[in-house]
Amino acid sequence: MDKMLEIKSISLSFGGIKAVSEVSLDLFPNEIVGLIGPNGAGKTTIFNILTGVYKPQGGSIFFKGEEIHSLRPQEIVKRGISRTFQNIRLFGDLRVIENVMVGMHIRTKYSLADSTFRSKRFRKQEDENLAEAMSILETLGLLEKMNEYALNLPYGDQRKVEIARAIATGAEVLLLDEPAAGMNPQESTDLMHFIRHLKKLGFTVLIIEHDMSVVMNVSDRVYVLDNGKLIAQGIPQDVANNERVVKAYLGGELNAKS
Amino acid sequence: MTKKDPKYLDTENKNGNETKATSATMFFSKALKLFEDKRIQFIALFSGLVILIIMPFFGINSYIMNIMVKVILYTIMALGLNILVGFTGLVSLGQAGFVAIGAYTTAILTKNFGVNFFVAMLIACAVSALCGLLLGLPTLRLTGTYLSIVTLGFGEIVRTIIIVWDDVTNGPLGMRGMPSPELFGIRFTMANNGIYYLSLLLLILVSLFCYTLYRSKVGRAFKAIKNDETASVMMGINVTFYKVLAFVLAAAISSLASSLFTIQLGYIDQNTFTFDMSTMILSIVILGGMGTIRGMYVGALILVLLPEISRSLMDYRFVIYGVILVLMMRFRPQGLLGWKSRAPYPISKRAKELFENRNQARSTESGGE
Repeated sequence: MDKMLEIKSISLSFGGIKAVSEVSLDLFPNEIVGLIGPNGAGKTTIFNILTGVYKPQGGSIFFKGEEIHSLRPQEIVKRGISRTFQNIRLFGDLRVIENVMVGMHIRTKYSLADSTFRSKRFRKQEDENLAEAMSILETLGLLEKMNEYALNLPYGDQRKVEIARAIATGAEVLLLDEPAAGMNPQESTDLMHFIRHLKKLGFTVLIIEHDMSVVMNVSDRVYVLDNGKLIAQGIPQDVANNERVVKAYLGGELNAKS
Repeated sequence: MTKKDPKYLDTENKNGNETKATSATMFFSKALKLFEDKRIQFIALFSGLVILIIMPFFGINSYIMNIMVKVILYTIMALGLNILVGFTGLVSLGQAGFVAIGAYTTAILTKNFGVNFFVAMLIACAVSALCGLLLGLPTLRLTGTYLSIVTLGFGEIVRTIIIVWDDVTNGPLGMRGMPSPELFGIRFTMANNGIYYLSLLLLILVSLFCYTLYRSKVGRAFKAIKNDETASVMMGINVTFYKVLAFVLAAAISSLASSLFTIQLGYIDQNTFTFDMSTMILSIVILGGMGTIRGMYVGALILVLLPEISRSLMDYRFVIYGVILVLMMRFRPQGLLGWKSRAPYPISKRAKELFENRNQARSTESGGE
């Protein structure tokens, strides 16, 4: 099977601290991959490298066989990689439906002149976008909330809208940064079903998560990071029993949740 | 994170209001809620427009007509600045600079080169837009207060250029005697209300433009940038482009109003376009309700009329002005008409059909499996 996303020994250091060193990661199509590790292991940094916020100092990233590590964030989104954020970053003053439509921005092809004169192209595109945004919300079970302002939604729904917005960009690969953070057990279970549902819809998902029950339940494969280095990988059961992983979580880091 | 803090305070304020609200403010907010109804909005808009159109036929004296034109032109400028401040969240204190550029370009072209007013108006608009581009590009890295200070500087630079460059601008003596607009042999002057109707037409056009902009991909990109720049970048929005575009649009729209303003005033010099003018336009945007279109009409009406009405109070004029602004900040920081619409998002018939077709297609697909 062709690799969807291939990360070849990327490294990045800030000053003297090696945030990520020679990490390699593969994502196959329609797979859920977990990325775990103690606080400060470099997980979010990898996301930031993948989305073009940081440029890796070494190594390379291929998306569907094309090099993407030197592209700007906007271009990477266009290729089909989209993300959510650890601390929710929705457009709070906008409605849910508008948030999703902002996600469609890069796929909307009309100019300012088109919208000024309400040309046929503008109206056609807007109608199509609105219909598509509505059906994205419907598949995620958020259609009734389309008119709400994002800021007024409960926490769990805000997470989902963020994912809906990421999907709206037309992405095939979704990078979810701690989607279960701050959720109660009920919401976490709900989220787990939701992520599995994403797989059924055909998305490839890379997920950072602290909540072990979520990661171990939804992931097809898991990568474990510690101090910027990959220390284990494989199917969830194996990783959970891996000595180095247990040591990384329990040996040094008392605050790691397990 | 820094962006979120003021918003957080906002909601706290609102909550505080609700618990402590006196009967007077309750009545006020109830009255405002009435206006959230779509039909009432439409009736208000329509009757307002009719009144504005037939107004000159009632033989209203020229003083009041003058004020009306001023209200309309300030509304247009506020609509322009609103794109920058209200939509995109970039606070500019130098809008008078763009107004001055538009006004002087119009004046110079019509008076010194005999260019037709309407052509001059478009050229002025282009020149002002170009200046918007030139100001927008270097200031992109700045946010918040720093950006405001640079724009403040821009306004003053324009004024200084007007004083110093007297070969072109006639320096501190100012410019007078601009020919009134003429189209197909019809002269538009203040006396025959031509300027009034031109301003009104421009106001309608600019309002329509802002309204469509608000509900288009560009408007959504502006609002996204205001809400969260990082997230906007991650959604593939070219933040640089849209910020500069906001500057350009704000400059162009203000310039359109300023061309007519020049004719109305009949005399312009550097003191016409002071910092007071910039704050005036900004105050209209804030008082009316940032990011709304309806707010600009009310904001301009109040802030232009207030000094005229309270002229008899003379010495206390600015006291009243100040008290109003303080009360505003305390009780309605989001602006007079700054509510978020609670009406459902408009879905066109076509979009609805498309959506239902999609559903049907999906259900037949899954039924076939």
